[in-house]
Amino acid sequence: MSELLKVEHLTKVFTSGLIGGFEIRAVDDVSFTMRRGEIVSLVGESGSGKTTIGKLILRLIQPTSGRILFEGKDVLKFSRGELRRNYYRQVQAVFQDPFASFNPLHVVDRSFHLVFDSYFPRLDEGEREKLINDALTQVGLNPDEVLGKFPHQLSGGQLQRILIARALLLKPKLLIADEAVSMLDASTRIDVLNLLGDFRDKYGTSVLFVTHDLALGYYISDTTIIMYRGTIVEMGDTERVFHNPLHPYTQMLLESVPDLNVKWEFRGIEPEKEEGAVYSIQGCRYAPRCPRVKEKCFNVRPVLHEVERNHWVACHLYGGE
Amino acid sequence: MAMLTVEDLKIYYATPFGHVKAVDGVSFEVREGEVFGIAGESGCGKSTLVHSLILRKPPMVHMGGKALFKGRDLMRLSKEESRKIRYTELSIIPQYAMNALNPTKKIKDIVWDLAREHGHTDREEVERLLRERLKMVKLSEKVADMYPVELSGGMRQRATMVVSTLLNPDLLIADEVTSALDVTTQRVVIELLHHFMREGIVKSIIFVTHDLALLDKIADRMMILYAGKVVEIGPTEEVINEPSHPYTQLLLSSLPRMGIQYRKQKLRGIPGYPISLLNPPKGCRFYTRCPYALDKCPSEEPKLVKVGEEHYAACHLLGGEDQ
Repeated sequence: MSELLKVEHLTKVFTSGLIGGFEIRAVDDVSFTMRRGEIVSLVGESGSGKTTIGKLILRLIQPTSGRILFEGKDVLKFSRGELRRNYYRQVQAVFQDPFASFNPLHVVDRSFHLVFDSYFPRLDEGEREKLINDALTQVGLNPDEVLGKFPHQLSGGQLQRILIARALLLKPKLLIADEAVSMLDASTRIDVLNLLGDFRDKYGTSVLFVTHDLALGYYISDTTIIMYRGTIVEMGDTERVFHNPLHPYTQMLLESVPDLNVKWEFRGIEPEKEEGAVYSIQGCRYAPRCPRVKEKCFNVRPVLHEVERNHWVACHLYGGE
Repeated sequence: MAMLTVEDLKIYYATPFGHVKAVDGVSFEVREGEVFGIAGESGCGKSTLVHSLILRKPPMVHMGGKALFKGRDLMRLSKEESRKIRYTELSIIPQYAMNALNPTKKIKDIVWDLAREHGHTDREEVERLLRERLKMVKLSEKVADMYPVELSGGMRQRATMVVSTLLNPDLLIADEVTSALDVTTQRVVIELLHHFMREGIVKSIIFVTHDLALLDKIADRMMILYAGKVVEIGPTEEVINEPSHPYTQLLLSSLPRMGIQYRKQKLRGIPGYPISLLNPPKGCRFYTRCPYALDKCPSEEPKLVKVGEEHYAACHLLGGEDQ
């Protein structure tokens, strides 16, 4: 598998207030690569910066610094025209709220026609119809049941499938799925998730699966990236990260997930750890909450290093540098 | 001993197209000293059910059945009576608990308003209790003098839970309290509820969620709803490990768990979508999605059948005509 996307030292700082305002380093010096046909989970809690990374890759917002290379080309240098003509043909996205992704005044068919108008303007009615029908059938929908309907007449699961069908109409090389199944019920969620896997298997589409749900990330992805407050704390082969979590944050996160196969011990109420000015910490962002914190952790930012093959952690407990 | 006994409860929503039968003949009991879980997907009626116990307002209509709480029928209480028992006997933590506190009042003033309304006269006494409880949930006593906006999300969550349990309600209803939370905060909430029970601050909890894995950790008994009907009810461990109703079985087998990866073993969801509650079928409401549906399923309603000690499921496959 060759390299498809490379993110280098990506940083996004949001500032608040006019003079003497404060900074939120939503994404802070993040680097990772994605190979062709790879499914990567970007996992984190709210405020971890996972969604910002998705938006940066999609060029929906501009980074403060850093580079994004897609097939070796600098995405940040693309003009608007290049983005539209080229980049978005190859990089598509599906977001969390399917109801917000449709115009409620139009039937859902329109979302397909917009894609045709932009990318395949010469297709005639018949060809368009055939492509739409094929795409819908592939995502497990009956075209007769959904075409000609308004968004409010369909369920969230159906709408999300339509969006995936639409994104995949272009057979993109990269699909960014930002919490794409979080709003769906358990009984329909897994099938939508399977669709992403099926497409990877069939067309080699890489998927960046942005999620807060560790169980879903574990199920679908080859590689997992765990984020905390704008930084990557741990990443690597999904099995290794989940079965041998190294970073204290990852360990705590995994212990907190209710899983049907894992028993829980009640351990009593622990105090809420004050985070304070987490973005001004020079060292590890997790230091104020970390049970194994050392003095060094507040001053020196730990860098990611490979502890075992394809398993990286940024924590002073494991040496490095 | 039963704290709450719900019998054949029917709660509909009045719409211009007719009644939406959101809760349609539901019966169960919540015992003293237990955490009772109610699970189901969106539209199954779980939220309607618990909210109808506290406050019914249009378009919600009570169409029949009883909800006996410590001997009184909650469906027949006057506004004044239900206001009186709220917080002192029956309390609810709403879904967006973090934002449920009045932002213009200090925590101690919110609490005092509440206590005064329920006949407390000693302000110092109430504040002392508040500070004690804040300490119990590992918050600083100073939180009492703060406004909700001064608290971080996690702290506000704890404070809200202290407020809703301050007057020691016998029955605490937690409606999807953890769904919008990060897993680490969710874990804290579960620990808090567990602690409230152990300390006897609340006697019983109804925990409503769509997350079966979470119920597995906290509930003693649980009930699964589908399209306004009870499909299965029993001890949590049995329902999770030996589900009897096809819906419960399929739902559980669609859940991701540690050790199962797409590359090696594919999970399957349940095909199809829930039926409309405006005109539900006479028979089983799951038959449209059930892979084992029999000829009689669309027309004959399955009754709850005993499948184990205290474990019941409503499915024709389980036989039992007259339970």
